Parts: sequence; C-alpha cells; structure tokens
Amino acid sequence: MISQTIEEIAKTLDALPDWEERYGAIIAMGKGLAQYPEEHRTEQFKVKGCQSQVWLHPTLRNGTIYFDADSDALIVKGLVALLMKVYNERTPAEILNSKDDLAQQLSLEQHLSPNRANGLASMMKQIRLYALAYSLVKA
Amino acid sequence: MIQELRSQFPILQRYVHGGKPLVYLDNAATTQKPQSVIDAISNFYTTSNANAHRGGHALGAEATALYEGARSTVAEFLHAQHDSIVFTRGATESLNLLAVSIERTYGARLAGKSIVVSEMEHHANIVPWQLLCERTGADLRVIRVTDDGSLDMEHALEHIDESCAVVSIVHMSNVLGTINDVQTVCARAKELGAIAIVDGSQYVVHHDVNVAEIGCDAYVFSGHKLYAPFGIGVLCGRYEFLAELEPYQTGGAMIDRVSFEKTTYGEPPVRFEAGTPNIEGAIGLGAAIKWLSGLDRDAIRTKEHSLAKNLVEGLESDSRVRILGKRHALNGIVSLVVDGIHAHDLGVLMDEQGVAVRTGHHCAMPLMQRFGVGSTLRASLAAYSSREDVDAFLHAFSKSCRMLG
Repeated sequence: MISQTIEEIAKTLDALPDWEERYGAIIAMGKGLAQYPEEHRTEQFKVKGCQSQVWLHPTLRNGTIYFDADSDALIVKGLVALLMKVYNERTPAEILNSKDDLAQQLSLEQHLSPNRANGLASMMKQIRLYALAYSLVKA
Repeated sequence: MIQELRSQFPILQRYVHGGKPLVYLDNAATTQKPQSVIDAISNFYTTSNANAHRGGHALGAEATALYEGARSTVAEFLHAQHDSIVFTRGATESLNLLAVSIERTYGARLAGKSIVVSEMEHHANIVPWQLLCERTGADLRVIRVTDDGSLDMEHALEHIDESCAVVSIVHMSNVLGTINDVQTVCARAKELGAIAIVDGSQYVVHHDVNVAEIGCDAYVFSGHKLYAPFGIGVLCGRYEFLAELEPYQTGGAMIDRVSFEKTTYGEPPVRFEAGTPNIEGAIGLGAAIKWLSGLDRDAIRTKEHSLAKNLVEGLESDSRVRILGKRHALNGIVSLVVDGIHAHDLGVLMDEQGVAVRTGHHCAMPLMQRFGVGSTLRASLAAYSSREDVDAFLHAFSKSCRMLG
C-alpha cells in the first residue's frame, strides 16, 4: 500500500533528531539506489523542473510499472530513492489513486529546505504522468 | 570598523533554519541594503511621494528633485555628465535597450558586420546580441578565455577588426572575478569606429569607475548588486552616442511633441525613459552611492582581498577542490568545483548550516562549458564580509564535504 509505505518513511524521518541525521539518511538512500541503465540516460527521460539532472525511465510489465531513476546530485538522488520506495512496482491505478501531497505527508518542508520540495513535486508529477499514460494505453 | 559597518545592515543580524546565524556570501547575486538606503525609500513614501516630471505641485517638485538628484549622484560616481545617465530596470534592461536601439538606428548597415563579446559574459550580455545578429545578419564573435580565467587579449585584438560594429565586454566576471583590461579593448574598438560597451555590474561593487578614462560609449550596471534596491539600473552613455540612438520603449515622458501625424522624441536621457520611472529605486540607488562614498573603499578592497585569500587557502587544504580562475578569485568572487561532489549538494548542506552561497551555472553557461563543468559553488564578498563569515564558510564547507564523501 502506498499510504502505508509513506507512513513508514514519515516515521523513520521523524525519529531522526536533527538535520544532519535526516540528510545522512537521505544520502544513504541515494547511495542504495539501483544502477540506472546507461542507455536510458537521454534527454527523453530527463525530468524537467529540477535544479540538478534527474532521469526517470518507466517500464510496464504485467500491469505493474517498474521505474529506473537517477540523479547526478546525491541529495536529489536520495529523494529519488525515497520516491522509488513509494511508487516503484505499483500499478497505474495505485499511483493515480494515491494522494499527491507526499511532501506534506512526509513534512519534508520542515525537514528539508523548500527548494528541495519543489524538485520533488516535478518528479512526482512525472511519475503520475507515466501512470496516467499507461492507464490510458491499457484502456 | 567591521562591526560598525555590519550594524548598518539589519538583515545581517538574523538567523535562519532554526537558530543558525546568517552567513551571507552570495553578494555577486545581490548585496544586502544598509539602513540608510531603506530609510531613503521609506522617507520618500512618507514625505514626498508623487510622480516625477509631471504636475507642478509641491510634492511633484520634490519627487522630481529627488529623482534628478539621484541622477546627479550616479553621474558623479561614474565621472560622467548628468544627461549621460539613463535609469533602467537593471543591467539586463540596459543591454537590451542598447541592442534594440542600435538595431533601430543602424539597421541594415549591420548586415555582414560583427558583434564581439567574450566567453566570460553573463547571459544578459550574450543573448541580446545573439538576437540582434539573427535579426540583422550580423555575425557574433566570441573572445576566448584562457585556462587561468583571463581574457585572451591577443585573441581580442585580432577579433576586433574593420568589420566590427559593436564590442560588449564584461568589466569583472561574475563567475571568476577576473577584471578585464577594458580600456585597451575599448581603445581598439573606437580606433576602428565600433561601439564600445562595458558591463560593470560586478566591477562597480568593488571599484571606482571613470567612464571617460575607460573610453567606452556605454557603461551599464544594476543597482541591487550595489547595495541599492531591485528594479533600478543604469545605462551611462557618452552623450553624443546616446543623442544619435533611436528610442527603445515609447510612451509618456520620452517625447518632444506627439500628434497623430508625427511624433518627435525628447533628448537623452528622457528619450530612453518611457513611462513613469522607478523613482524610489533611483532614490535608493542615490542613497547607496552616497553611503559608499562615505566609506574608505581602498581599505575595504584590501580587506576583501585578504578575506578572499583566506577563503582560497582554506579551500585548497582539500586536494579535491578546483578553483576556477584562481588567480582572479582574490578580487572577491571564488568559484569552485569539488572532484566527485555535486556543487548543488554542497549548497544544500551549507544552507542548512546558515551559509548562503550560490550554486549553478551563474547565467554563464558558455563559460561553464569552457571549463568543462556543469555548475560551480560560488562564494562572493561584499564590504560587510568578515573573517567570521569566511571561517563559518570553511567550517560548513568541510562538514558538507564529509557528509557527502
């Protein structure tokens, strides 16, 4: 369940005592992100509206969306990894039916500077667009 | 001295991110404003607010006197005559004004001519000329930057030839801190009959300027980088040059006579100031220049140099650090990359520690490309920068590198 995963992440972040620990956790998440396939590191799969470069590549298999994602900046990569925990390997319907206020649910604006949250919004929009596209293809 | 100076900037007393004292080292993007500038703006609205150059009532006369007084202050600051000073929205508008007015004035004669800029220009001194070239069939030529971040003067003097119509060069680079020999460039341009323009946005913040000595036709800068408000800038033109130029925008105030058959324009500077001007901005800029002239600028420059030296030395203790145009960084603008670490990540973590720096391409993508980097972290100094700022920067920098390493 998407909402359950978000709750778990929120709990983990809330338990961290200060900004150093929170960024430390996000950076660690980024380092743990699966290798991005080089053949998809192209303009087509770049997410617009981020200050650093972000790539997001979707594949639909048996009704589930599998994302590859990456960023050239480590903190953004950590946020990408966080999004992957929430939205990777879900069906288009699951993604589209989930609330789109992830940043608020995770209190990211309190935990991180607002600029980070803006980049996150661009990535989320792209994830939802892919989900929408796949839901239409199926129909 | 430094504490007294800092106390004139109310914003420097504030805290960010829950209790971290602000360390402001993003001065090349914009400087903070002293109390006297804030007061000048506030006093104008409290006591003298009216439109300038319109209506003969008491407040209108006061507003006009304040606005024109600010023009005189700017003229004195640049050692220019009063009517050479055109108020604009900023350096960007000044350069757009020049590009558009030059095209309207010289039009078809620009086809086949060349416009010369350098590789270290801000986008504001590239794009208006690029578009002018597209519209007129002129050719954009670019003076190279050397590996150590200097303007390649040999290349410059080669590039400025008989075909050259305009040369527009930055006085001090907003990325590298390089101060260019604009006198020589302008002399070469003038010798060949080209128009010589200098973008002084960063230079005026640290140095006194004499436009006659530089020998340019136009010198431009923004107010907000010079301790003045946003939305006000200067185009200082040689009067005879301005007098030949067609207007940029049209409307109220800039006309001589209007009828439906034919409109004639006013003389400079009003010819280039269509519509109600930014009166509070001009007054704020005048106040900022007066504030500056009360300081010992030589002493401040010496201090900025020594702080920049501390910065560079501190940074170089990490072997992964590469400072772009290092020999010019002592002028107060330090741009760097760290091997294996994205500048953006550093900026985020330094911000969390209260240190405001700029990360990105600094509106100078061609220069970034020249040095083979996507973005840099830039620390830039101002009159109120202190040893404590530098220490806090270095401390936050190494802590951030550790977290990302």
